[in-house]
Amino acid sequence: MLSFLKREKSKQLEDKLNDAQRRTGWEDLPEDELFTPAGFRSEDAEATASSNYSYWGSTFRAFLKNKAAVALLIALAAVVAFAFLQPYLPGQADPNLCAVDPVTGIQYRNIAPGQDGFVWGSNSIGQDLWARIWAGARTSLTIAFFVALIEAVVGITAGVLWGYVRGLDFVFTELYNIFDNIPTAIVLILISYVATPSIWTMILGMSIKGWIEMARFIRNQILIIRDRDYNVASRCIGTPTVRIVFRNLLPYLVSVIMLRMALTIPEAIGNEVFITYIGLGLSVETPSLGNLVNDGRKVMMQAGLRYQLLYPTLILSFVTIAFYLIGNAFSDAADPKNHLQ
Amino acid sequence: MVQYLAKRIGRSILTLFIIVTLVFCLLRLMPIEGYFANYEKMTEAQIQAGLQSMGLLDPLPVQIGHFWQNALHGNLGVSHIYKVNVPVTEILAQKLPISIEMGVLAMLLSLVLGIPLGLVMGRCKGRWPDKLGTALIVLIQAVPAAVYFLYIQMYGTSVVGVGLLFDASNWRYWVLPVCSMSLANLAFYAMWLRRYMVDESNKDYVKLARAKGVSENNIALHHVFRNAMVPLVQYIPSAFLNTVVGSIYIESLYSIPGMGGLLVTCVQRHDNTMVQGIVLLYACVGIIGLILGDVLMVLIDPRINFGKKEGGR
Repeated sequence: MLSFLKREKSKQLEDKLNDAQRRTGWEDLPEDELFTPAGFRSEDAEATASSNYSYWGSTFRAFLKNKAAVALLIALAAVVAFAFLQPYLPGQADPNLCAVDPVTGIQYRNIAPGQDGFVWGSNSIGQDLWARIWAGARTSLTIAFFVALIEAVVGITAGVLWGYVRGLDFVFTELYNIFDNIPTAIVLILISYVATPSIWTMILGMSIKGWIEMARFIRNQILIIRDRDYNVASRCIGTPTVRIVFRNLLPYLVSVIMLRMALTIPEAIGNEVFITYIGLGLSVETPSLGNLVNDGRKVMMQAGLRYQLLYPTLILSFVTIAFYLIGNAFSDAADPKNHLQ
Repeated sequence: MVQYLAKRIGRSILTLFIIVTLVFCLLRLMPIEGYFANYEKMTEAQIQAGLQSMGLLDPLPVQIGHFWQNALHGNLGVSHIYKVNVPVTEILAQKLPISIEMGVLAMLLSLVLGIPLGLVMGRCKGRWPDKLGTALIVLIQAVPAAVYFLYIQMYGTSVVGVGLLFDASNWRYWVLPVCSMSLANLAFYAMWLRRYMVDESNKDYVKLARAKGVSENNIALHHVFRNAMVPLVQYIPSAFLNTVVGSIYIESLYSIPGMGGLLVTCVQRHDNTMVQGIVLLYACVGIIGLILGDVLMVLIDPRINFGKKEGGR
């Protein structure tokens, strides 16, 4: 009984399929026209040979799926853009101007947020915290951006040489052993101690140790892939080394590099706060998140003045958390292993 | 193993020598005001005489030679500003105990809290304990230490009921610095333990244990955890020795009379010989910590053999 039902069922299915075929367009064509040669079309020949996979396309698609990271990226972009556009907006105060009350001639000292036109209040000498905090964010972001850039450029170059050129391995390894043993705090302190603090000495101090970490990372990756078959094949057919590096080796490391750059930025911002805290940071005329936090720290035990610490730390924490999370999300998205569904 | 160790130690001594010499040369670039407590009031002749007596007018190689000769005899020179004419070693000996005590407490706290946290996160991967823990770790790692230290101090002092000036004999004063100091390491231990546990739990021996019917808790505790701890063990000697260094932030925030605060003070007051001595100590500690970490790892895990691998870590 059951086998009969099955047979019935399969017959029905078969009929359905035949029906569907019968309804296709070529059904009523004469026999000879069914077999006309299609001719050669180069696009069609190519189409079977390669897929339409594009690395960056897939990366962005994977990144866009992470809704939280996209939202954070938009918010971060808005904050960064605002920090750099803020001085050009109308009605902004000079971050170093000590505002004086036009009627009484007394400085606006420690005005609470929202009063007398001070959006985020004023500090003990009447400077507008709103203007100072955005100027500080500008300084800190500039420092962090250059540190990440120098670290990436120098680190990648050195790492590629270290990993690819066998003769240099010894030199770089010894150099690394020396650099790695010096505590970062000591380097930062010494550089700022010896040189007069400016944005550029800060950048120098922070990138002086970072590049070799980056180079080490790149070197280890390159050692793993430098003698894989595809690279040996490239060398055998005489591809120039530069081309091998840029086309065969580096694309492999994009996700790692992006992650390190994204994590360097919050680290550099944090280091700037640290250097300022121990008294070696930028002078007060150049507002930075570091010296704003430091100024806020001095008054934090007075409950009424805590806003002077709150607002700089809010911006600082938001920027560092955002870079940290976006960096992680992006490196996940940039890993080709996560591109296949 | 012995051969490897000998090589390793030899290389470390060389490294130490290079670091200290570099620091020494860097410090010579400093303005000479740093050597005198009352520079403005001194005449040119007095300055020259002072520099002469400190040996600062000799050529640089000679100065380095003298420095090493003295350093090997345990003499790091005398402080010029911080405590005039008191030997650096004496000042350091006073400051060390409190930093070590506080650092060891913080280290124990971070191990006691961080390892169970990592264990639970690795065991419950993808469920709420893992997500909660990850959020905590991200927060600790992404927010600059200066910021949360400040907030802990701001709100903590009233909760614990302590004043701003540190008092070593009262245990209440120890709570906040120790807690803040342990936070970063706590996150570090938990994060890496989780990562290693997740990596480890896909291996064949775990699958075998599961196939034999060993309970999940038993697998996590007796199989995965023991193997996942091996890479972490490497950091423990470093962490222990780093307690000597003290935390620069915390000690100066709570005005604890330890090493970290001392470095800040000496940097701010441009006391060159003190900075030099402290940097030498820091570098020694860092290097010895790395060696001990590697040795401990070899002792714990018989599969690791450094004899074949070159270049340490």
